[in-house]
Amino acid sequence: MRKVKSISDLERWREDVIKKEKEYETIVSVCGGTGCQAYDCQKVKAAFQNEMKKKGMRERVVLKVTGCPGFCERGPLVTILPQNIFYQRVKAQDVAEIISETIQNGRKVERLLFEDSAAHHKITSSQDIPFYRAQMRLLLSHNDLIDPTRIENYIAIGGYRSLAKALFQMRPEEVIAEIKISGLRGRGGAGYPTGKKWENCHHAKGEPKYVICNCDEGDPGAFMDRSLLEGNPHAILEGMLIGAYAIGASQGFIYVRHEYPLAHKNAGVAITQARKVGLLDKNILGSGFSFDVEMAKGGGAFVCGESTALIASIEGKVGEPRSKQIHMVEQGLWGKPTNLNNVETWANVPLIINKGSQWFSSIGTEKSKGTKIFSLVGKVKNTGLVEVPMGITLKEIIFDIGGGQQDGKRIKAVQTGGPSGGCIPASLFDLPVDFESLSQVGSMMGSGGMIVMDEGTCMVDVAKYFVHFLQEESCGKCLPCREGLKRMGQILDNITEGKGDEESLSLLEELAEVVADTSLCGLGKTAPNPVLSALRYFRSEFEAHIYQKRCPAAVCTHLIQYSISETDCTGCGACAKICPTQAIKGEKKQSHFILAEVCSKCGSCKDVCKASAVLVQ
Amino acid sequence: MDFEHVEKIIDKYEEKRTALISILHEIQDQYHHLPEGALRKVASRLRMDLNDIYGVATFYKSFSLIPKGKHSVTLCLGTACHVRGGPKILREMKRQLNIEPGQTTADKQFSLNVVNCLGVCAIGPVMFVDGKFYGEMNSIKAKRIIEKINKNNNKSNKNKKRNGVKS
Repeated sequence: MRKVKSISDLERWREDVIKKEKEYETIVSVCGGTGCQAYDCQKVKAAFQNEMKKKGMRERVVLKVTGCPGFCERGPLVTILPQNIFYQRVKAQDVAEIISETIQNGRKVERLLFEDSAAHHKITSSQDIPFYRAQMRLLLSHNDLIDPTRIENYIAIGGYRSLAKALFQMRPEEVIAEIKISGLRGRGGAGYPTGKKWENCHHAKGEPKYVICNCDEGDPGAFMDRSLLEGNPHAILEGMLIGAYAIGASQGFIYVRHEYPLAHKNAGVAITQARKVGLLDKNILGSGFSFDVEMAKGGGAFVCGESTALIASIEGKVGEPRSKQIHMVEQGLWGKPTNLNNVETWANVPLIINKGSQWFSSIGTEKSKGTKIFSLVGKVKNTGLVEVPMGITLKEIIFDIGGGQQDGKRIKAVQTGGPSGGCIPASLFDLPVDFESLSQVGSMMGSGGMIVMDEGTCMVDVAKYFVHFLQEESCGKCLPCREGLKRMGQILDNITEGKGDEESLSLLEELAEVVADTSLCGLGKTAPNPVLSALRYFRSEFEAHIYQKRCPAAVCTHLIQYSISETDCTGCGACAKICPTQAIKGEKKQSHFILAEVCSKCGSCKDVCKASAVLVQ
Repeated sequence: MDFEHVEKIIDKYEEKRTALISILHEIQDQYHHLPEGALRKVASRLRMDLNDIYGVATFYKSFSLIPKGKHSVTLCLGTACHVRGGPKILREMKRQLNIEPGQTTADKQFSLNVVNCLGVCAIGPVMFVDGKFYGEMNSIKAKRIIEKINKNNNKSNKNKKRNGVKS
């Protein structure tokens, strides 16, 4: 690998890489993200390799295994460039046809194209698919162009140009000013102004200074940081380098949760490559600025996403948070000034430096600038990662991009902000998505999880889920969080088991207030949010559980009964065969029935019934 | 137990205390749990108190002080997986394996784990079995995965026996 010692070295390298890429007639990019791996994209990749070798095409066609383009639900995804043909749900056995038809003869393989079910026509390019059309992909747009394990790919798309600009055309104070003017706010959840944080750390006394990239993405239902770090790790490194230069830091850490093995691997590869070419370590690009980055791994503790717990974890200690009376920017890692930002925040930095703060601040709303990536998941038709300008409405995200309801059940809410956020009812879907609007309705932006819920989702069960989640993840250091959540969980357990009474809700609300007011860290302070927002908008569901001993969504097992519709049952016997407790009886080709006292309410019969004859009430 | 690998792992991380969690992960990958002898070795090489090492080993959910089974079955119960029927799959897995999450079957074949999010939310409910992700799961598909592993185990046991007779 060549050494890059100056700006001219970097630009020459870029020219060489681009020239070499132009020698190829076709680029085949196969998504290698974790989602597509679940659908065996490795087999698709191997099939392309074999077929290309067999046909002697490797001089003319290049195969790239890229990061995640976001439409995970349709994986494995393959894009053919420069024609920009987007194939979805590709299997290894489709590869020979793609090569002979598309690459050799320029014809499309119709059955692999995305079909717009509303308009009944096939769509060739990804940007014309409704899922992508309404998005503004500034950060994610590179994921399907580059192989994250090859630094050359990042160089080819203009990588490290912003770093060069910062190092040679801007003083650290000017970089900070640019970020401040841009209006960039932390994407980890709280939305603290990034430039202000950098400025405070810049002015803090103490050496050395540290910068940290937080990829402990613990919010269940959120995976944008994983995709960014997996798919474009050099963009994160470039952001950290610019930040470190502005702040005066000499060492950085990327903290990745251990559930993200590919993100950890790709970030590690990126660091090694950047070091080899001289974009990390001593005297970067001949500027005199030195900075290096190390990887750190989590151990499966949600609380470590909290900044003070995260630094304890990097120090090799138990991940307990501490009081933030003394700010991290003054005394963080090993008591030294430390600036911590989330993956997505770092990813925005090179863009702002390259295109300017004016450009960035022209996107979004008055107080929330730029784009935000959301993981649109749950009970919605199109699931995946969506990047949209701040200020877009929930309705646009869920219905225009997400395609609306999934299986005939009406969408009733969306949960944002993870365990610190709340459920927003469908009646408020005209709400613009920005930091302030979401907080006003009792939820929050959080890191960007957006879990859609429909009539088949029980809001009491969701509230219970989050309380148990947080109870389990509470580090146990302070009493309100440790004990309070446990008691809240017990009350919710009782309600879902039909044991709730008229005092349950008031007790729940009282406890929620105490936990929020008296917990030590952010995890505890925001823990009651999911319960309070569910009570605010879906109180009638709680009351149905308490007073009518009924679960309207037919989820809470203690309050539901399974039965078989006599008119719809075909008597195929599949349910009786799958039933683990032998609770289903009936003659072949005759209507079957369920013995309620033996039924374990596992739902296997409903999953297996092709005639949709199993009813839950 | 021979802890030669532990020495190598600590060497790789240059005895850095910041690498403690990474070191413990690698030890666990090697031995399928954190053996006491290995933790003692880590404490002495990193010049840390054994109590602190145990504190870390028991605080973080990824670590186990008791040996894990040959096959690891991890079920995601993040919000997206939860609303799409994750708990039903958990009930089925508990019944299939006859253990609770965090436990290992008596024959040391399976360990059942539950995690709060694997970050593959778009295709939930998700299971992670022996290093492979499975998306859009339901209790029937999950049951079939376990049956397939059992079938392969029986096959390889039979082969072993047959080879044993021959030799």
